[in-house]
Amino acid sequence: MRRFLALLARNRLALLGLVVMGLVVLLALVTPWLPLKPPNVTNTSDKFLPPFSEGALLGTDHLGRDLLSRLLWGTRLSLAVGFAAAAIAATLGAAIGVVAGYYGGRVDNVVMRGVDMLMAFPYILLALAIVAALGPGLFNALIAVAAVNIPFFARNIRGVTVGIAHKEFVDAARLSGLSDARIIVSEVLPNVVPVIVIAMSTTVGWMILETAGLSFLGLGSQPPQADLGSMLGEARSAHITQPHTSVVPGVMILIIVMAINLLGDGVRDALDPRLRSGALSRPMAATQVARDHVPPEPRAEGVLTLTDLETQFHVGKRTFRAVNGVSLHVAPGECLGLIGESGSGKSVTALSVMGLVASPPGVITGGSAQYKGQELIGARYGKLRQLRGDRVSYIFQDPLATLHPLYKVGDQLIEAIRVHHPVGRRAARERALGLLRDVRIPNPESRIDAYPHEMSGGMRQRVGIAMALANDPDVIIADEPTTALDVTVQAQILSVLSDLRRERGLAIVFITHDFGVVAQLCDRAAVMYAGRIVEQGTTEQILNHPRHPYTALLMKCVPELGAGRRRLEAIPGLPPAVDRLPEGCAFADRCPKVQPDCRAGEIVLRQVGDHAARCLHPVERAREEAAQ
Amino acid sequence: MTLALRLVDLAKTFPVGKRLFGKPKGKVRAVHPVTLDVERGETLGIVGESGCGKSTLARMLVGLLEPTQGHVEIEGAALDTADPALFGKRIQYVFQDPISSLNPRKTIRQIMEAPLRRLHGMKATERQARIREIFDSVNLREEFLDRYPHEFSGGQAQRIGIARALAAQASILVLDEPVSALDVSVQAQVLNLLADLKGEYGLTYLFISHDLAVVEAVCDRIAVLYFGAVVELGRAEDVFRAPLHPYTRLLAESAPVVGRPLTAPEAKETELPDPLNPPSGCAFRTRCPRATERCAAEVPTLETAKSNHQKAACFHPLSD
Repeated sequence: MRRFLALLARNRLALLGLVVMGLVVLLALVTPWLPLKPPNVTNTSDKFLPPFSEGALLGTDHLGRDLLSRLLWGTRLSLAVGFAAAAIAATLGAAIGVVAGYYGGRVDNVVMRGVDMLMAFPYILLALAIVAALGPGLFNALIAVAAVNIPFFARNIRGVTVGIAHKEFVDAARLSGLSDARIIVSEVLPNVVPVIVIAMSTTVGWMILETAGLSFLGLGSQPPQADLGSMLGEARSAHITQPHTSVVPGVMILIIVMAINLLGDGVRDALDPRLRSGALSRPMAATQVARDHVPPEPRAEGVLTLTDLETQFHVGKRTFRAVNGVSLHVAPGECLGLIGESGSGKSVTALSVMGLVASPPGVITGGSAQYKGQELIGARYGKLRQLRGDRVSYIFQDPLATLHPLYKVGDQLIEAIRVHHPVGRRAARERALGLLRDVRIPNPESRIDAYPHEMSGGMRQRVGIAMALANDPDVIIADEPTTALDVTVQAQILSVLSDLRRERGLAIVFITHDFGVVAQLCDRAAVMYAGRIVEQGTTEQILNHPRHPYTALLMKCVPELGAGRRRLEAIPGLPPAVDRLPEGCAFADRCPKVQPDCRAGEIVLRQVGDHAARCLHPVERAREEAAQ
Repeated sequence: MTLALRLVDLAKTFPVGKRLFGKPKGKVRAVHPVTLDVERGETLGIVGESGCGKSTLARMLVGLLEPTQGHVEIEGAALDTADPALFGKRIQYVFQDPISSLNPRKTIRQIMEAPLRRLHGMKATERQARIREIFDSVNLREEFLDRYPHEFSGGQAQRIGIARALAAQASILVLDEPVSALDVSVQAQVLNLLADLKGEYGLTYLFISHDLAVVEAVCDRIAVLYFGAVVELGRAEDVFRAPLHPYTRLLAESAPVVGRPLTAPEAKETELPDPLNPPSGCAFRTRCPRATERCAAEVPTLETAKSNHQKAACFHPLSD
């Protein structure tokens, strides 16, 4: 709740709306105790007194009634009717929506078609029809306004409920013995409430306007009772000669509706989780770079060389050191495996290379990344854009999320080609067909005109690879490209990648958590833990003689096919949070070989035997050394 | 040995392209009639690729989905799926995504209390004691009880999911990809915990996964599912080492293994069959190197090929 208020207060206009609305509501609440003249007592001798007259601050109307008194009493009534209508519409609409969305199928169909029928009428016509049937009067106007708004709530809530009703926790509740009614009340409803509040906050103003509209037409409040709409209606005849009689209620309506709408927008922004996470603030075109020291000279040769790369996420007062001094290099025709668990920084490393980490909150705070000697960190956006997808391209885990759902895959490929090469559509299409053939898509002539959703996961990932290959890049960075795929499809994709690497001399950085994949595809491998490389060497060295205890333990955690039934080794505990990294080795708390000096200070990546490890007490090559 | 669970001709067909009135446009057979026995105390693995019907099968077992045909028997009595308060006590389910299986707006205590209250009608003090006992056995601290799901890591959330399933005191747990959303180091922790709990409470597991190595490491027997049908059933140590069905061999050869060179075990162009328009006869024949005319004409059953402890739905098993 406090967080909600803080978020709301950050939006200045919403705060203004809240203050104004608070004042109006307060005034409406205390009206009966204010020293006002009675609102309905006529005194025709004092009619149409101008504002600021003696005894009538806002003047009087055509019957000599005090406008200030009528305004406050009228506001009170209008607000009450507006809020009541909103509450009724929200309750009934939400009930209909939740029931339709939860049960689905025929119930949903019948209920929602009924709601659609209500929506098919222009709402003012429907409201008029309801009032005409029930007879004029404020209470009937309230019913009409509420009824007209029920479909809006019902449709909104139904949509949200459908999503929630298929969540796993609803199934879990059913298995816990809860009946449908209980599930609706205790599982679904609490998750729908924010949406109801959002919908209400954005429609209350509207409902006050609608009630005023009906009163204006003489169908709402009946004389002599004042509400804002009827005040306007009565002032209409004297609109030209005595403008203040219509201006006074008009201004009040304006104030109320503006305040409510500003507040409503603020409430929506503060409650909507997508907006809360900053989805509305568009990330920069390239990751922000703020290096406080001179980038180091590369220490290794390669088509892509990273040196001491540091990427951080700055969220509020906290700093997440996602990538903490990573040095990597990859040569043409070589495949480098980057191994790590989630949160180890392997994906952020990959995205940092081409400035693809979202900023804010990502900032590259140090190090360099060079493509064929050209510095990429801090390069002009134009240059980065020219290299992205042309010289260095990416393959991501989920091809469904990276392909645009509304364009044919062929058109997306053609676009990728034509962005970087001035070729005609026809030539680009030929090239796209060739690419689809290269990644072994059966029937490329017909598949080129398919939409992403028409293809299977494996086929989509092939399109993703074709896209990455579109401009004959030198480097491909593949971020878990086969994790979402089935094993038989994974085997196909891996062999396609392996062939392409050989045929075209591609350098591949392959990010994965699967040692089997690394063993089969990669020449060299690097293991990451808590933002740092803890071990690096050839695949054979790492897999057969791991030196860092983390690598050794991680490999034992992974069951291997053919090893039979057994108890698995587990690493106790969890990786440290990268905003609170411990002194010394980040793995110390989980390590069976930990010594006091492991927590003492910076530990460097040093040569251990035939390859590099960031460990003071590495795993011995016991068997081999004993044998020698 | 007594039977814990028996599936008799369990099948599910989904209508496709529903209309408000009249018949749907087509049908997809998600699960072909499956008959399986699971002994008490056994872990039966069910492996298969995405879309093979594993999750549909699992949801039918726990009563979340009504089978089109056949029924489930638990300890000799047919499962009545009408009353959730009854079947929840006999069979429970552990979900794949640990976080989304916990209601984000409830505390862990509220989540844990639901099965104790609704299924067993326990009083507050009894519930307290029972929750403490269960949390102890899944290695969770009691202070977690008053927190909300988003405060937990995947591994912890999955333990909470397991704790909730244990609270129902069902003797059979259906584990639907219980570790595939977890990191490898945490995956081993959860698998070992499951093995300990099984001994402690005398549970029977149905372990559903796409990860062959995990299934092989934790199961007694394995059933291989392809296109909604069980194509091979046998002891865990044999199924992938000496498969009878060509599909099982394809699976085993596709799994990346350290020390085995990278080869695509089947032609790179091969595609899965279309569920709306399945091939006649054996569903695997379009991908199978051993397919003959008989495979197109007849549907093989699990009794077609047998060796000692293994059965496969294949006319030309690999043992020939």
